[in-house]
Amino acid sequence: MPLDVDRLLDDPRTRIIVCCGSGGVGKTTTAAALGLRAAERGRHVVVLTVDPARRLAQSMGLTSLDNTPRPVPDAAGSATGPRGGGSLHAMMLDMKRTFDEIVEAHSEPDRAAQILANPFYQSLSSSFAGTQEYMAMEKLGQLRQSDEWDLIVVDTPPSRSALDFLDAPQRLGRFLDGRLIRLLSAPTRVGGRAYMRVVTAGFGMLTGVITKVIGTQVLRDVQTFVAAFDTMFGGFRQRADDTYRLLQAPGTAFLVIATPEPDALREASYFVERLSQDQMPLAGLVVNRVHRSPAAQLSAARSLAAAETLESAPASALISPNETSTASPVRYPLAVTALRLHAERMQLGERERRLEEHFTAAHPVIPVAEVPAQPEDVHDLDGLRAVGADLARAADTEVS
Amino acid sequence: MTNAPRASAPVRRAVWCTGSDSLVGVSARDTDWEGVRLHVVTGKGGTGKTTVAGALAIALASGGGKVLLIEMEGRQGIARLFDCPPLPYQERRIAVAPATATLPGGDVYALAADAETALIEYLEMFYNLRHAGTALTRLGVVDFATTIAPGLRDVLLTGKAAEATRRRFKGRHVYDAVVMDAPPTGRIGKFLNVATEVSGLARVGPIHGHAETVQSVIRSPQTAVHFVTVLEEMPVQETLDGIAELRGLAQGGLQLGGIMINMVRPVDLTDDELAAAAAGTLDKHELDLGLKAAGLEDSLGLATSLAAELTEHAREALAQRAQRHKLDETGQPRYELPLITDQMDLGGLYRLAAALRDQGAA
Repeated sequence: MPLDVDRLLDDPRTRIIVCCGSGGVGKTTTAAALGLRAAERGRHVVVLTVDPARRLAQSMGLTSLDNTPRPVPDAAGSATGPRGGGSLHAMMLDMKRTFDEIVEAHSEPDRAAQILANPFYQSLSSSFAGTQEYMAMEKLGQLRQSDEWDLIVVDTPPSRSALDFLDAPQRLGRFLDGRLIRLLSAPTRVGGRAYMRVVTAGFGMLTGVITKVIGTQVLRDVQTFVAAFDTMFGGFRQRADDTYRLLQAPGTAFLVIATPEPDALREASYFVERLSQDQMPLAGLVVNRVHRSPAAQLSAARSLAAAETLESAPASALISPNETSTASPVRYPLAVTALRLHAERMQLGERERRLEEHFTAAHPVIPVAEVPAQPEDVHDLDGLRAVGADLARAADTEVS
Repeated sequence: MTNAPRASAPVRRAVWCTGSDSLVGVSARDTDWEGVRLHVVTGKGGTGKTTVAGALAIALASGGGKVLLIEMEGRQGIARLFDCPPLPYQERRIAVAPATATLPGGDVYALAADAETALIEYLEMFYNLRHAGTALTRLGVVDFATTIAPGLRDVLLTGKAAEATRRRFKGRHVYDAVVMDAPPTGRIGKFLNVATEVSGLARVGPIHGHAETVQSVIRSPQTAVHFVTVLEEMPVQETLDGIAELRGLAQGGLQLGGIMINMVRPVDLTDDELAAAAAGTLDKHELDLGLKAAGLEDSLGLATSLAAELTEHAREALAQRAQRHKLDETGQPRYELPLITDQMDLGGLYRLAAALRDQGAA
C-alpha cells in the first residue's frame, strides 16, 4: 500500500509528525525533507532536529546549537504552494539547556542556581541515558503549546533502538520520582545517621554496598540534589506522561523510517507493534536508500550472461578492421562494466525487496514510501526537495 | 571463571611458524597490530561495527589462535551474526576459523557482557556478596548506581574485557586476542577514559582498584582502538571526530588502531570514464554497440538506462573518493572491506575476515 505523503502534509489536522527508527537510517534528512515540502505546500512548519550532519544543518541555516527555532532562508519564500505562502523554521535540540530551563522555570533563582551547580545534576543533564529523549519530548510539548506553528516535524534522537524514544522519557521520570533516590537521600531529611535505626538492617547493608561501590562523595551530591530538587520531582513524571498523551492524540502521525537492511527493518517492526499496542497513530513506513533500476526488464542473470558473452567472444569476431588488436582484450569494456554493475544493482534491489516483503507480509495495512539511494549526501535545500518529491512519488506510481 | 576455556598450548602456532619451506612466506608475514591483544572496535550505528568485529575475531583466530569476542550491552547482534542461540554471560565457542593448506584453524569464543552481571561478579570476588548482588539487581539498585555514576557501567564492562585479556592459565594467556564490540563512536572516548570518569567515585574498594587495572590494560601497547566507517559524510565525520578525541586522550598511551572502511563497492571505471560518467557525457553509442553485440534487444533504450546507472555509480564513487581522502589524512592504517550484496551470513563473515588478513589487519 503506497503512502500518500502529500495528503498527510496537506491535511490541516496533522499537527505533529514524528520520524523514528534506529540509528543511521536517515531520520534527520527525512524530517527535513518533509518539513520543507510541507512549508512549500503552504504549511507553517518547524523542524526539531537532534543531531544533524553538519552540512545539512548549515543548509537549513542552523549554524549553532541555540535551542531556538530559526527561519530557514530560501525555503517557501516565494509563496508558491497550493495553499499560499508557508514558512519553515528549524531548530537543533540542546538537551542540557532544555533541562536547565525547566529547572529555572520551576524553582526560585537561588535554588535553581544551586541545582545547576550540583555535579550530579550536571551528569544527569548531560549524559544520563534517556535525558535526550526526555528533552526532545519536552521541547515538542513546548512547541506544540506555543501554537506558533501548524505543523511540527520531529526527528528523534540517535539511539540504537527506536523504542528508546517512547521509553526513555518515562524512565527518567521514574528515576527522578523513584523510591530509591528518596531512600538514599534519607540522611539529609531525617538528619545525621539517625535513619539507620529506623530502616531495616537489609537496607543498611544495601546502602553500605552502594557506598562502597560509588563512594560517599557521589552519594552526598545526590543527596544535596534531591533536597534542592524536592518540589520538582512529581512534575517530571507528570510532564513525561503529558507529552506521551500528546503523542496519542489525533493530530500526531508517526512515520517509521528504515533502510532495506535486516536490523533496521527488525527495529521498524518492533516499533510498529509497539505503536499499535499504545494506540499511537502510525502514518506509514519510509524505506530510505533503496536501489531500483531504470532498466528493471533486464534481470541480473541475463545482464551477467550478456557481460560474459562480450568477454568470452573471440576477439577476432568482434574487433572491427580499423582497430588495432593491442587495444583492450575485451571489445566493449564499457558495456561489460555497465552490465556487471547493473547485475549487482538488480541483485541488491532483489535482496532489498525480499527484506521489505518480510515486513509488509507481517504488516500488510501499513502504507509504504520508498526513497531511492542518492549517489551523494543530501546537503542543500535542492537535495531535500528531491527527497521530498521521492517521498511523495509512492502515491503517484500506484495511480498510473 | 569455571566456564572459561583453558589456555591451549601454543603448539599449532609453533608448528606452522617453523614449518616446511612452503610455509615460510606465511610465517614471515607481519600483521600491522603485532603485540596488540585487545582490539576495541567502534563505529557509528549502521556502519556494520558488529559485523567487522566478528570478522576481525575470525581473522585473528585463523592461524591457530583462540579469540574472545565480547559484546558490550548489545542486543545479541553477535548471536544473530553467527546464527547461534542468544549468548549468555558466559564464554562459549561460536565459530571456528577453518584450517587451510597453509594455516591451522582457530577458535572464536563469544560473551555478551552486561554491567549488572559484571557488578555481581565483582562483588562476589571481593566481598563474597553474591546474595547481596542478586538482591541489589532485583531492587534495581544496580541500575540506580550505574545511573547516578555513568562511569561505573563503563568500568564494569571494560573491566570484563581487560580481565579476559590478562587472564592466564598455567602461565599462558588463555586468549591470544580479545575483540570488543564497543559502544558507538560518539561514546567511545568516555567509555575508554574510565579512570577519569570514575575518579569521583570511591577512592578505595573494588571499583577503584578495578579502574586502575582497566586503565593499565587499555592505555598500553597491547590495546588498539579501531574505527569502522562507510564512505558517507556523517560516519566519516564521526570517525574523524572520534580519532581527534582519542588523540586528545592519548597522552596516557591510548593507541589508535586502523580504520575499517566497510561496504566498499569496487569501481570498474577508469578516471576518464568516471569523470565522463559523472558528467553524463559517456559515449552512449559505444554502449549501444556493446549491448547489441551481446545480443540484447532494445539496445538503445537499454544503453540510456545503463548510462544513467553508470552516472549514479560514478557520482557515488567520486563522493566516496572525497570521503576516503579525508580518512587518508588521518594517517591511520586503512583497510577496505567489500560490500556483501547477499544476506550477511557466516560465508560473508569469512570473506571479510580474509580481506582483513590479506591487508595485514590480522
